[in-house]
Amino acid sequence: MIAHGTVHKYGDNVDTDVIIPARYLNTANHKELASHCMEDIDKEFTSKVKVGDVMVGGANFGCGSSREHAPIAIKESGISVVIAETFARIFYRNAINIGLAILECPEASAKIQAGDDVEVDFDTGIITNHTKNEQYKAQPFPPFIQEIIAKGGLLASISEG
Amino acid sequence: MGMTMTQKILAAHAGLESVCAGQLIKAKLDMVLGNDITSPVAINEFKKFGFSEVFDKNKISLVMDHFVPNKDIKAAEQTKQCRTFAKTFGIKNYYDVGDMGIEHALLPEKGLVGPGDVIIGADSHTCTYGALGAFSTGVGSTDMAAGMATGEAWFKVPSAIKFNLTGKLSENCSGKDVILYIIGKIGVDGALYKSMEFTGDGMHTLSMDDRLCMANMAIEAGAKNGIFEVDDVTIKYYEERMTHPYTVYKADDDAEYDEVIDIDLSAIKPTVACPHLPENTKNASELSDIKIDQCVIGSCTNGRLSDMEIAAEILRGKHIAEGVRCIIIPATQSIYMECIKRGYIEIFINAGCAVSTPTCGPCLGGYMGILAADEVAIATTNRNFVGRMGHVTSKIYLSSPATAAASAIKGYICDPNKI
Repeated sequence: MIAHGTVHKYGDNVDTDVIIPARYLNTANHKELASHCMEDIDKEFTSKVKVGDVMVGGANFGCGSSREHAPIAIKESGISVVIAETFARIFYRNAINIGLAILECPEASAKIQAGDDVEVDFDTGIITNHTKNEQYKAQPFPPFIQEIIAKGGLLASISEG
Repeated sequence: MGMTMTQKILAAHAGLESVCAGQLIKAKLDMVLGNDITSPVAINEFKKFGFSEVFDKNKISLVMDHFVPNKDIKAAEQTKQCRTFAKTFGIKNYYDVGDMGIEHALLPEKGLVGPGDVIIGADSHTCTYGALGAFSTGVGSTDMAAGMATGEAWFKVPSAIKFNLTGKLSENCSGKDVILYIIGKIGVDGALYKSMEFTGDGMHTLSMDDRLCMANMAIEAGAKNGIFEVDDVTIKYYEERMTHPYTVYKADDDAEYDEVIDIDLSAIKPTVACPHLPENTKNASELSDIKIDQCVIGSCTNGRLSDMEIAAEILRGKHIAEGVRCIIIPATQSIYMECIKRGYIEIFINAGCAVSTPTCGPCLGGYMGILAADEVAIATTNRNFVGRMGHVTSKIYLSSPATAAASAIKGYICDPNKI
């Protein structure tokens, strides 16, 4: 599987409160959540994001509240993959469980800039930055997690038995 | 090789003799928790995949606390969805307006979580129950749905940082000052994916409320869980309210830790986390020029009886500064009732504070104390992220109840020893 799009870049410790502020948590509607995604740190995000785009963060991406509304809002916005130096652990779990692609890659997180044209090959973990003519290698998921993703998320993997 | 306390609990719940850091396991769950915000997402998933029953009606807790009493029609619909689900599936531990409290104050108080348990909750502060010597961690709604269906969850066994506590807290310091000090020292990702294991002679001097507060904020250092060694204080607390038998697990003498950090409790001063991260800590005494508009005393971190007692002792016979709003929220109905009996509510109201029924409301910027642009709050809550309590330009300083109460009186951030 390949993801290819324009980069939206953020810094360290992007918390789930800024990904989707609690004032919008009175709904579980995916589209409504997506319409407020990132608005407290990037008011333009919802108007400029296109299907397939790539989000890049620094260390501890997705820290704070366990709200699954955060990865849901990002996924529903059209983001195809989130790349970060490290992820906060609950966000990491949630992303896998709902089928939002994420990759940990310190080099990519450091070198990719906003607006770069980036392509990700999930089978190899190779991230290609077409704007800068660079390639970075991300750590692949352990097989256990790859299996959850392959089956279409945690509940699909359980109900399948 | 020996195991840490967390590893021993996980091994026992996975039916394994031993586990090591990094190992992926499936563990049996003793409790699965959700609230009025995270449960609707879990319920939708639970239904979507066609599960017809829950694994154990006694081992699921649904606590309506975030936007309850309902703040608007949408919140009311979400609570209604939880209420209907609880009734349909016969969930025993369903708590709604009138008997609910803030989940992480309520479950320990009701004896629903105890030493040696494995608990997941669709709320990041589920790590609170580590104070009782349980393995307890926050997850998302899909994990909650899977937990309700199967009674199991997958975990990557964490490594641990050991915090060796020595000494005794000084005047006007509490568990909140300790955990803020620790987060300031190791950073908001200082314990990422790891356990924070609290032990040492100093630990025994800490009350259950102090321990619950400290374990509560383990997540603010990125930790998977915070856990305290079980001692007489734990056993007494749990046996007074226990709902099920418990097992005491102790770390092996040769357990391996990533790091051992010594914390001298007697050296810790009233500590405040400045905007916009819990790691931006300073001594309260260094911040006396910060003027505040609002003070919030409550939350799953600091809404317990001893927090109310500390606030009441400082506010007794005093009045908060002109122009300051002070909102005090006892975390559960029984704490609220005890505050009435002890005369704390009268002290708060005479001091010019507003007192509310239990709710998470202001902590996450839900309702009941939202900040306007550029306003400054001191709060006993757990997060001071951008926009957490309201407008994106508002600012939150995190502190203990003593520092918050002293600051409300002064109108500026104030070391409680200087009031």
